[in-house]
Amino acid sequence: MTTLLAADETGTGAILLWVVLPYVVLAVFVLGHVWRYRYDKFGWTTRSSQLYERRLLRIGSPLFHFGILVVLLGHIGGLLIPESWTEAAGISEDAYHVSAVVLGTIAGIATVGGLAILIYRRRTVGPVFSATTRNDKAMYVSLTVTIGLGLAATVAANIVGGGYNYRETISPWFRSIFYFQPDPDLMSESPVLFQLHAISALLLFAFWPFTRLVHMLTAPLGYLTRPYIVYRSRDTRLGARPPRRGWERTGV
Amino acid sequence: MPRGEAAIGRVMAQMAMVMNLDKCIGCHTCSVTCKQAWTNRTGVEYVWFNNVETRPGQGYPRRYEDQDTWRGGWELNKRGRLALKAGGRFKKLITIFSNPVLPSIDDYYEPWTYDYETLTNAPLQEHTPVARPKSLISGKDMKIAWSANWDDSLGGSSDHGDKDVLLNQVSEKIKLEFEQTFMFYLPRICEHCLNPSCAASCPSGAIYKRAEDGIVLVDQDRCRGWRMCVTGCPYKKVYFNHRTGKAEKCTFCFPRVEVGLPTVCSETCVGRLRYIGLVLYDADRVLEAASTPDETGLYEAQRKVFLDPYDPEVVAAAERADIPRDWIEAAQRSPIHALINTYKVALPLHPEYRTLPMVWYIPPLSPVVDAVRDTGQDAEDHRNLFAAVDALRIPVDYLAQLFTAGDPVPVDAVLHRLAAMRAYMRDINLGREPNDTIPRTVGMTGEQLYDMYRLLALAKYDERYVIPPAHAEQAHELEELATECALDYEGGPGMGGSGPFGETSGGAAPIAVENYRALRDRQTSDTPATPTDKATRVNLLNWDGKGRPPGLFPPGEDEEKGAGS
Repeated sequence: MTTLLAADETGTGAILLWVVLPYVVLAVFVLGHVWRYRYDKFGWTTRSSQLYERRLLRIGSPLFHFGILVVLLGHIGGLLIPESWTEAAGISEDAYHVSAVVLGTIAGIATVGGLAILIYRRRTVGPVFSATTRNDKAMYVSLTVTIGLGLAATVAANIVGGGYNYRETISPWFRSIFYFQPDPDLMSESPVLFQLHAISALLLFAFWPFTRLVHMLTAPLGYLTRPYIVYRSRDTRLGARPPRRGWERTGV
Repeated sequence: MPRGEAAIGRVMAQMAMVMNLDKCIGCHTCSVTCKQAWTNRTGVEYVWFNNVETRPGQGYPRRYEDQDTWRGGWELNKRGRLALKAGGRFKKLITIFSNPVLPSIDDYYEPWTYDYETLTNAPLQEHTPVARPKSLISGKDMKIAWSANWDDSLGGSSDHGDKDVLLNQVSEKIKLEFEQTFMFYLPRICEHCLNPSCAASCPSGAIYKRAEDGIVLVDQDRCRGWRMCVTGCPYKKVYFNHRTGKAEKCTFCFPRVEVGLPTVCSETCVGRLRYIGLVLYDADRVLEAASTPDETGLYEAQRKVFLDPYDPEVVAAAERADIPRDWIEAAQRSPIHALINTYKVALPLHPEYRTLPMVWYIPPLSPVVDAVRDTGQDAEDHRNLFAAVDALRIPVDYLAQLFTAGDPVPVDAVLHRLAAMRAYMRDINLGREPNDTIPRTVGMTGEQLYDMYRLLALAKYDERYVIPPAHAEQAHELEELATECALDYEGGPGMGGSGPFGETSGGAAPIAVENYRALRDRQTSDTPATPTDKATRVNLLNWDGKGRPPGLFPPGEDEEKGAGS
């Protein structure tokens, strides 16, 4: 009922963008991954092109991946941790802002530089380009637009406006989605570049389970703890063919 | 038999192979049949699960044995503990975005096909049309510069021989003088190691060793294409499928072995030089053996890991480990056990990689025999042969680099035994009294030499391949026994070539159907890179000469008009 009432005040557009879209994206992201994992384990791979070309990849890929990992950590810190918590820990908004901008600038330059090298490589190295599917191209566009808008929003806010405290609008909105108390007004107030960045990111997340980006979800952290040599019994699953219904093995 | 020093630990069975290099004529039949069976698909055009190298030579991929460059296998770290040469778990994860020592396609070779269509549909012209080579990587015209066996039979020459990794290690001063040249063929498949460094390198844990028969396999559903296994394998026998983005490797033809058939490479071997059988080993001793401080001790250490299948204690321990009775009997009849431990003529390939490989080789006596014959001496006389083995340091040192980490003593012993067998059997074949001093000089009995002769020279099919099938109670689910409809799987007969997320996404097709389909697909399409006009192309390599597959000739005028006869 509250959301219906809010619709009168905030406008249908805001509701659609900042309430409906996030939940649709969340559902597609989660269910999409479940579906993909269930039906396309064979297609779940990085589809590495290092075999074709390694000189450019050697610079571009670590640059991009480590950059985007730091960016991801920054987003988690900025979006999930409430401002009140950092203040309680004795970190003032100014100090937070300065460290976020410094770290974000380094990570942002690495990410964009790496991405530029990777895109250049993908377009100019013949074998890599011919192994690029339409899906890949769409993914690259979506990813580049999202990163570009995010960077543009930060740069614009910091150069023109002396910084925008997204932790008073965007972050509470982001968290409100997960409390199931979405507050679209918070988002409507934010600068347009931040809004565009959020929308393109949402679209990227909706597309995510259907691209090669799924490899992120199976980052092999288990490698740090598992034994080196894996033994598996033939009995658990023979061949590539799943047993027919009613013919499954009983536990031995 | 060496045993009794320690209690028997976990007994495991390992399917293993021995190749008798004296018999290899380098015909590449094993490679070709293996390729037709397993790697005739897109993305693995450059892949040869089985390849035959000329030694001395660079091998495939080029100079793969240079572990200073490729960092494959294991090494002992400063504390004497076994560690991956390319770096441990943490280093693997840090370098996961760009593997620093992954061979590129140029280190293998750029695969190609020919533009056969031009031959049939080129317009009338002054010059004969030619089928130009087209790259299967980029789809463009290319210049053929290398392949999996480009230096085939050129091994001994100075043009190719000096690029051999091992020759550089043997001695700085060895010049490949014309009169010193020698060469032999070395067929290679995955070693299905007891201590596989590819499996240890896999971040996803997708490569596993089958508990029943020790075959090392890649789980295609769990592989995420991190490419660390390619680096980890010192033999470079794990390959990256550049279309599916998954690692692939020799499977020891497990669908065949499970039903008691030898692998495709063995079955089709013209020289009948391959032996397949079981070895029982103590899994608890593997790590200790792989950590042997001295590299030259690794051969003996690995032999000590194997268990004597006739020992009642071993049999009892194997039964406790749920190894079926017929498997234990097969291990007793195993030609592998005989060649490795009874006759001691088989040696492991590069034990210094510390992976405890399980495809062993009987080193070739032929360079020695040829050298003796060329001097005009009797090449079958054991005194001449023994003297020649000792005198011909180059082949022996070279073989030692391949098989015993550089220690010539075991190689000498093997070559002496092989020479003794020749000399001893010649007397018998010529109807003379067998000379019993010959077997004694190599520490064997006449009967043992005769049995060895039977196994090596007569090499009956059922003695070469002692493969106990997997069990009947599991038969319903084995891959090659089509007790279910062969097309009865998800996606069914109408399975298309491409899933929604690029090439070959979706579930993996059952192997038997996949091969059949792959062959049929390739008969009707061979456009480089991405097939566009499947219906009108025919691959001449796959054409069996019978009939006229559609697309072999351009449509005639009659057909075009639809007139017909």
